[in-house]
Amino acid sequence: MALYSEKVMDHFRNPRNVGVIEDADGIGEAGNPVCGDIMKIYLKIDNDIITDVKFETFGCGSAIASSSMATELIKGKPISEAKELTNKAVTEALDGLPAHKLHCSVLAEEAIRLALRDYFDKNNIPYDPAEYPDPGCESCCHTH
Amino acid sequence: MIYADNAATTKMSKAAIEAMLPYMDEVYGNPSSLYSFGQDAKEALENARARIAACIGCDAREVTFTSGGSEADNQAIITAAHLGARKGKKHIISTAFEHHAVLHTLDKLKKEGFEVTLLDVHDTGAVTAEEVLAAVREDTCLVTIMYANNEIGTIQPIAEIGAALKDKDVIFHTDAVQAAGHLHIDVKEQNIDMLSISAHKFHGPKGIGVLYTRTGIRLETIISGGAQERGKRAGTENIPAIMGMAKALEDAVANIDANASRLSALRDRLIEGLDKIPYGELNGNNDNRLPSNVNFCFEGIEGESLLLLLDDKGICASSGSACTSGSLDPSHVLLAIGRPHEVAHGSLRLSLGEDTTEEDVDYIIEAVTDVVTYLRNMSPFWRDLTTGKREHVFAE
Repeated sequence: MALYSEKVMDHFRNPRNVGVIEDADGIGEAGNPVCGDIMKIYLKIDNDIITDVKFETFGCGSAIASSSMATELIKGKPISEAKELTNKAVTEALDGLPAHKLHCSVLAEEAIRLALRDYFDKNNIPYDPAEYPDPGCESCCHTH
Repeated sequence: MIYADNAATTKMSKAAIEAMLPYMDEVYGNPSSLYSFGQDAKEALENARARIAACIGCDAREVTFTSGGSEADNQAIITAAHLGARKGKKHIISTAFEHHAVLHTLDKLKKEGFEVTLLDVHDTGAVTAEEVLAAVREDTCLVTIMYANNEIGTIQPIAEIGAALKDKDVIFHTDAVQAAGHLHIDVKEQNIDMLSISAHKFHGPKGIGVLYTRTGIRLETIISGGAQERGKRAGTENIPAIMGMAKALEDAVANIDANASRLSALRDRLIEGLDKIPYGELNGNNDNRLPSNVNFCFEGIEGESLLLLLDDKGICASSGSACTSGSLDPSHVLLAIGRPHEVAHGSLRLSLGEDTTEEDVDYIIEAVTDVVTYLRNMSPFWRDLTTGKREHVFAE
């Protein structure tokens, strides 16, 4: 029996869009080293379309797979669609994650939203702060 | 496949398997039955008990069979604690990095009003006999300290602790699950009152273990029922497993020095190779360590992804990261030796066995180096460390 679905293992072994965009239009980072996972998303945005996306992840297999899948799901999509990406969509696209790994997909959702917020801030684009909140530590459900 | 997780469990030896077989379909009687077919099984049982006793330097009557190390730890600690409580002694001394079979049992006793002192194991991963003695109070009833740590392999000064406690009215228990069959044990010489053993750590079967209890200590029954094990542990004896365990322990003890010298040479070769990876560090002192154990922390990476990629390269290993522990915090052992959370997440335990070769070790070094480098290259945490945005914990 495998720990993860084949989809998860595929995205873990062959992660899509790994790397850095040096002149990124928006950068978002979620998680922290104490919890054991950090996700960083780099966006290139042209005319409200996400033309390129890269990620760097420190974390477990499902964290890496979630980042990879999330970048695939928003690449080439308009901002209006990318901001609606939920952790549930990432999880479903991966054919599921074990219950105690769901927070990995939450991190992906958070990192993307933070990258979009960074893009809005840099370009003085107004947005509803309620839609782009600061992620708390609840996703990693820790006490420390 | 390279199996480097012998601290988790070991492959059964052919000799141990063969020792079990006749007791499945030939001598399968119940040792409690009075007819001679049952008594044949009883004879085998007592023979195994005597052979195991000889391996650890005790009397056969002092050997109780259990379902394994966890049950032995539970029974030992509960027995000693309740004996103490009858004399008004409700203080227990242990260490912060014991196995959960010990720590969780102690937690249970705390709810019964016992006070528990967990000694610091320092960055070396060891206590001293002086520290143990200094912690003993008038009301201390039990000292329980593991023989060797299951994650980082550090060996505790068991004989010195035994000598220090000899004249005290304190029961000294040691969880010897990682030590039995790998390190010399002589309970009389080492002044050990109670000791736990698990067969599957030395090429015996799973689900069987031993609790040694010095004569004079009245064991408390945890599993109630029939009068097996002199009424101290009910349930029909698992004779095949007991026979396998006796054979495996005898063989391990007979080869203890040869195995130790071969394994420690491999261990040191592995440590030397992994030490070349920058910003990694061996966990626990190497001066007094199980011959099979290597445990490193690598900065900037997470243990589960490391294990999965090593698995792809055919290497079985383990980690103390939160993701692999099934809990939210990294290993309590690594935290106990002072590793910060972010470093403890990047731990790797490799535990070698009699089958491990020098080629295996060299392959592991290469694979771990490659995987650590690969994961660091995609880690934003590592980027922050290399660009100075966050500070390194280890020296290069």
